[in-house]
Amino acid sequence: MKFAAGCDVGSLTSKAIIMDGNRIVGTGIVKSKAKPELSAEAAMNAALSNGGITMEQIGYCVGTGYGREKIPFVDETKSEIACHAKGARWLAPSVKTVIDIGGQDCKAIKLDNNGNVENFVTNDKCASGTGRFLEVMADVLDVDINELGNLSARARSPITFASTCTVWAQADVIKYINSGVPIEDIGAGINNAMAKRVAILASAVRAEKEVVMTGGVAKNRGVVSTLEKILGYRIRKIRRADPQLAGAIGAAVFSLEKLNGYQKEAV
Amino acid sequence: MITAGCDIGSLTAKAVILRDGEEIIGYDIIRVKTNPGASAREALERASEKAGVSNTEIEAIVGTGYGKDSVPFASQTVSEISCHARGAWWSLPSVRTIIDIGGQDSKAIRIDENGNVARYIYNDKCAAGTGRFLEVMAKALDVDLAQMGELAEKSTETIRISNQCVIFAETEVVSLINEGRETCDIIRGLHHAMANRVASLAKSIEVHEEVVMTGGVAKNSGMFSALSEGLGLPVRALPIDPQINGALGAALMAADIVAKK
Repeated sequence: MKFAAGCDVGSLTSKAIIMDGNRIVGTGIVKSKAKPELSAEAAMNAALSNGGITMEQIGYCVGTGYGREKIPFVDETKSEIACHAKGARWLAPSVKTVIDIGGQDCKAIKLDNNGNVENFVTNDKCASGTGRFLEVMADVLDVDINELGNLSARARSPITFASTCTVWAQADVIKYINSGVPIEDIGAGINNAMAKRVAILASAVRAEKEVVMTGGVAKNRGVVSTLEKILGYRIRKIRRADPQLAGAIGAAVFSLEKLNGYQKEAV
Repeated sequence: MITAGCDIGSLTAKAVILRDGEEIIGYDIIRVKTNPGASAREALERASEKAGVSNTEIEAIVGTGYGKDSVPFASQTVSEISCHARGAWWSLPSVRTIIDIGGQDSKAIRIDENGNVARYIYNDKCAAGTGRFLEVMAKALDVDLAQMGELAEKSTETIRISNQCVIFAETEVVSLINEGRETCDIIRGLHHAMANRVASLAKSIEVHEEVVMTGGVAKNSGMFSALSEGLGLPVRALPIDPQINGALGAALMAADIVAKK
């Protein structure tokens, strides 16, 4: 029995997934290195050792993400849109809209009833609305990026920003810190600004239930709850795996389908 | 008749002292302080000193710019757009398009043959295409902002910077440095990226000749060739310090007030 693998080389993190049939048996997440080929190798090695598997046991591997063309060991590459759609559907079969927030981009993907990509929009031109926005803000606030989401729940009167630009918002945050505004109110304002920006993309694809969020920002409770308020309904929580892995899972599911000879869609 | 114009920007405050609405007899540019009123006062005092006039001799003062409402002694405030149009048309009557790039904004203004504003567009929402872009990049490259124009002239290889966003372009610059690319080549690439951003803003109001560039960024010689290329039209400088155009326009407006009395 050969295993199916997927490798997603992103701008900030690289992920690899190994599947045995429809089950995830190996997971690797590493910080991306200067060269995409090194990031891919590190992620894959982490997933292999996590699953106790050797490279020779991998039957097929699909690569995706920003650095996909440089991955040495893949059999095929697929677009991030295709992999995120595939991964989200594996994580939540009823999904109609995928909102993926990466380290340097953000995308909204609308799926039809069969799980095919119907429409999508991406933003990779402006840092606002991407993971980078939160990263810059967490740095200015001097809080761990994983803690930023928790500040919203404790905020009393969240700040607002005059513009969406990360650079101007950064200057505003410094002003707020210096004028003694509580860190919770600043953090909540940051999460709200992020959610508003993402909501613009979601409305551009006419988001419909069920909506799932993938990418690291899906773990930020402040962003998620504001986005839910704007959308007017709950965002489906993903429990089957870490939402950051959606792209790599999608890639692995493509590999699985290849190994199965496309006989049936893996769900 | 002595009049003055005070332009309080986000980063610098400028004051111009004018004699008879015809001659610039003194001006000064200072970094703004936290209190815009104090910045205005200091800029005006220093310009007056250079002009050799005392406060009581100034018959009217017009305030303009982002902090115009905090100019404590202004007889009147006028929008930046009107002041820039007025100042540029006075300095160079053949001008039809003014592209002003300040520290935190950029604007394009088209005027008719009488100096009246026909159309204008303004960007203060995105840091790309403003002085901040070059400021951040100078820091990333560890070069002096004022030297960027000169350094770009030494460039021998063309580098295309693919990002216009300040945040993303900064990352791109860091990786170009790590790849061992020449600083002067990176700077020229940055000038083009910035110029393209400003050009697309300006094109939305239709750019007519002659085109001038004003504002602090117009002190960077490299931006003139980059913007000329971006627009496909020659861009020239005004025969005055490019940073005082708004304050000059305000001083001219102040002369109008006195003349009407």
